[in-house]
This record gives sequence, C-alpha cells and structure tokens, in this order.
Amino acid sequence: MNNIEENLLETISGSDIRTGAYNIRENGKGVERKITDNVNIVSKEDGTGINIYVKENTKFEIVHIPVIITQSGLKDVVYNDFYIGKNANVIIIAGCGIHNDEHNDTQHDGIHRFFLEEGAKVKYYEKHYGEGSGDGKRILNPVTEVELKEGASLEMESIQIKGVDSTIRETRGKVYKNANLVVTEKILTAGNQTATSIFDVELNDKGASAKVTSRSVATEQSKQEFKSKVVGNSECFGHVECDAIIKDNARVISTPEIVANNVDANLIHEAAIGKIAGDQLIKLMTLGLTEKEAEEKIIEGFLK
Amino acid sequence: MYDISYKNKMLELKHIKFERDNKKILDDINLKIDTGKFIAITGQNGSGKSTLAKIIMGIEKPDSGEIFFEGKDITNKSIDERARMGIGFAFQQPVKFKGITVLDLIRLSANKDMNKKEACEVLSTVGLCAKEYIDREVNDSLSGGELKRIEIALLAVRNSKLCIFDEPEAGIDLWSFQNLIDIFKNIQEKTKGTTLIISHQERILKIADEIILMKNGKIFSEGKPNDVLNEMNIGRKCCAMNKGFKENCNND
Repeated sequence: MNNIEENLLETISGSDIRTGAYNIRENGKGVERKITDNVNIVSKEDGTGINIYVKENTKFEIVHIPVIITQSGLKDVVYNDFYIGKNANVIIIAGCGIHNDEHNDTQHDGIHRFFLEEGAKVKYYEKHYGEGSGDGKRILNPVTEVELKEGASLEMESIQIKGVDSTIRETRGKVYKNANLVVTEKILTAGNQTATSIFDVELNDKGASAKVTSRSVATEQSKQEFKSKVVGNSECFGHVECDAIIKDNARVISTPEIVANNVDANLIHEAAIGKIAGDQLIKLMTLGLTEKEAEEKIIEGFLK
Repeated sequence: MYDISYKNKMLELKHIKFERDNKKILDDINLKIDTGKFIAITGQNGSGKSTLAKIIMGIEKPDSGEIFFEGKDITNKSIDERARMGIGFAFQQPVKFKGITVLDLIRLSANKDMNKKEACEVLSTVGLCAKEYIDREVNDSLSGGELKRIEIALLAVRNSKLCIFDEPEAGIDLWSFQNLIDIFKNIQEKTKGTTLIISHQERILKIADEIILMKNGKIFSEGKPNDVLNEMNIGRKCCAMNKGFKENCNND
C-alpha cells in the first residue's frame, strides 16, 4: 500500500487494524485478510463479498472490515454478511474511505447484514470519509440490515464527517424478544453535498427496544434528509431523536413516522432543527473564544 | 492608551444609555468601580441590573456612552476580547449544550489543558461530587441547581480581574449559602481583582464593600451596605404604609 492508501485506512479504521481478524478491500478486491480461532472470514462463492462468522461465546474480539478506493471512476458494490454466534461479544469496525484526484465519480455501495443469535452483543462502528483534489464525486451508499434474536443487542455508531459528496444511508432492523438496537448517526455536510438517511425498524416481540439518534450539521448549500420509521408490533419501546444544526443556505428535512400496531407499544419521536443557539455562542465567547472558535466548538461537541 | 488617572480604577461607565421598545432600560448610568472591591448591585426586577451587567461584558451594546476597563476604552470591544482582557461573567440562566461536557467547559474557562484531577478539584469547590459530574454533558440531564453551581465554578477557575455574577444565589437552595460567599472571597483573594454581583440576597449585600441600588434604569443610591440597606428598609416601610393608597409601589 502507498501512503495515500495507508492514510485512508488509518483514517477510517485507526492504527491497530491488524491486531485481530480483518479483511481489507481495496479498489473492489480483497487484498489482505486475517482470521482468528473465533472469527472466520470467507469469500462468497459468487465473488460479491464476504461472510464473517463469529463463534458463539467469543468475548471481546475486534474485527476490522475496511474498504478503501483510490481508483477514480470505480463503482464498487460489496455484500458483507455477519453471523454472530450465541452470547458472543465483539466489536466490528467497518467503513469506507475514497480518495479521488480525478474527474470521474467514484462510488462505493456497502451492504452489510447482521444476524445475531440469542444473547449476542455487537458494537459496530462505521466511518465514511472522502478526500482528494479531483472534481469527480465521492459517493457512499451504505446499507445496514440487522436481525436481532432474543436478548441480542447491537450498538451502531455511524460517522460521516468529511468529503463525501453524496450519500444515501439505509438502516433496517428487525428486533425480537428482549433484544435492543441502538443506532447513533453523525453527519456533517458542506458545499453542495447531499445526505439522505433512512431508518426502518420493526420491534416484533415483547421487550424489543430501539433507540435511533441522528445528529447532523448541514452547512453552505448542502442538503440533508432524515426519514425514520419505527413500527411497534408488540409490547416494546422505540425512541427516535433527530437533531440538526443548520447554517448558511443549507436545507434539512426530517420526516418522522412511528407506527403502533400494539396497544403496549411505546414509541417516541423527537426532532429539532435550528441554527446554533445564540446563547451558546455568547457563553463560549465569555470564556474567551472568538465567534468562529465558539461555533467550531459547538459543532465539534454536537458531533462528538 | 493607558490613562494614569485610572490607576486602581477597574471599571468606569460614562453616560450609558440603553433603550428598548421606547423604554429606557438604562438612563445615563455613570459609575466608577475600584480594583479589589466587592460590589453588589441590587434593585427591583426590571430596574436594569442584568442589562448593566451584560453591557459591561459586551453581551448588549449601549445606545450611547463609554465603558473603560483598567483605563482602556472597551466600548466597541467584542465579548471575547473583553473576556481575554480579564472580564468574566456567570449567567443568571446557565446555558446548556449538546455534546459539550463539564470537563470541556472547565478546560475552556481555565484556558489550559487541565487534567481531570485538577478539573475535579474545581468542581468540588462548588459542592458537586466531582467524579459524578466531570464527564457529564452540560444539558437538560442536569438540574437547574447543578447547572448554576457549574456556572459559578467556571468563573471561579477563570481568574478574571473583574468577575460578574448575575444572581448567583438563584437555584442553590440545596447548597449552603456560606459556601457561595466563601467562593466569592476565595476568588477575590486569588485574583486581587473586583467582584460585581447582581443580587437580591441581603446576606450577599451585607458582605459587599459597596452596594449600588438601581431603580428605573438609574443609580438610585450607592454606598456602604448599612447605609444603602437602611435606605432600602425605609423604602420598604414607606411602601407598606402606602399600600392601599398607592397602586404602583416601587420600593420593594
């Protein structure tokens, strides 16, 4: 790997990527892989992606599944399926970085499916990032599908901070008895970037719960759209919170939908869109920060 | 340029006027405050106390008049410039944030990269069990009283030459009043600067070097606590006597 590729990899995955099981995909092909006693990674027979198998009762292993693209004009689609055994407890770090120095659009569509058996716990971190001097667009369209069996839990944190021109992000979940899905999404858009986030969660059994939190900052002429749908089909709890800071000539649309198909479904949706509060700016300025520094600090905290 | 005649003079306000919706909020305020003094500003609600404090910090701009800080004209200085010059401000209603922690604010206020232990010590001075609070976000999950104490801690750690507290006593019901007074004394000992407190609380007014009593946007009276408090008490008695005769009694 050259410097650009190593830097991309470190930006989305951190520096200790090669300590546990991992699979690095570069420009549409798997280039490096390591498996462990508890985590097996197998290429799909049709060549469309990989299957990741985590043995039951595996504790505290970290799995890295990064994708980097430096080939301008490439449209990469990958299907990765994660099978997490009973009572396993793992951290999965995925994400995609695109470096585009040319005029052609570069695109990555990563479709990740998670199947968690009873009692399994996953922390899933996903970071999306774009860079490069070219005017070719950097496009990322991640899809995450989650199926949580009894007592399983998945906490997902998805971050898109910089350099992605266009994204459509879909997260779908089916949550069963006493299982818990937590999704936190943080997005910053600038220039003419666009971002659409779609959440569709079904709470299908007694004790199922989901909390979806979206915090976004839209600046300059960028556009963001947040669509969420939580369906309560049983005695369950669902909470969706969408907070957005809007600046300049940006546009943010939030469309909540909560559907209760059971009298014991407890569903909440909160949405707030607004500019940075004046009293927050003033407070930080009384601590000696300039208006610009105060604004940066507020945004940094908001997306932290 | 520094004016030698301002030696020992922390703050001077000249002919400050501030009007909103055709109402005179501050009407030709002239005030000189010396270095090292503990000054309390009091007066009924709407008398202009908080507006005056905000004008000194730069949060509000006067329609006319001049403000001098240590002899330098700061009338057109921004909030952050005044903060960096040495003016600090604790809000009556503490501001809430999303994602910014107590530790973040303490570090920003101290203007140095304090470690957690040092920051915890600051928080302990306002009676909060530091470990429980230091990593919490300064948001709705904190009660009004907790936010208020954090607000006071932020000014205490800042070492400002001029510390302005806008009604610091509000919302500290579960905390001892004496602790609050001790904090004011500690700040003053540490900075050798000036403390300016907007307050209605007689216990705070009594420990001031000087009280400024405001009424209808003007300085009605200023002097030693006993003198001003006596004047206020006489006013209250007159008001009580006049009740029933005069509908708009303003001396409470």
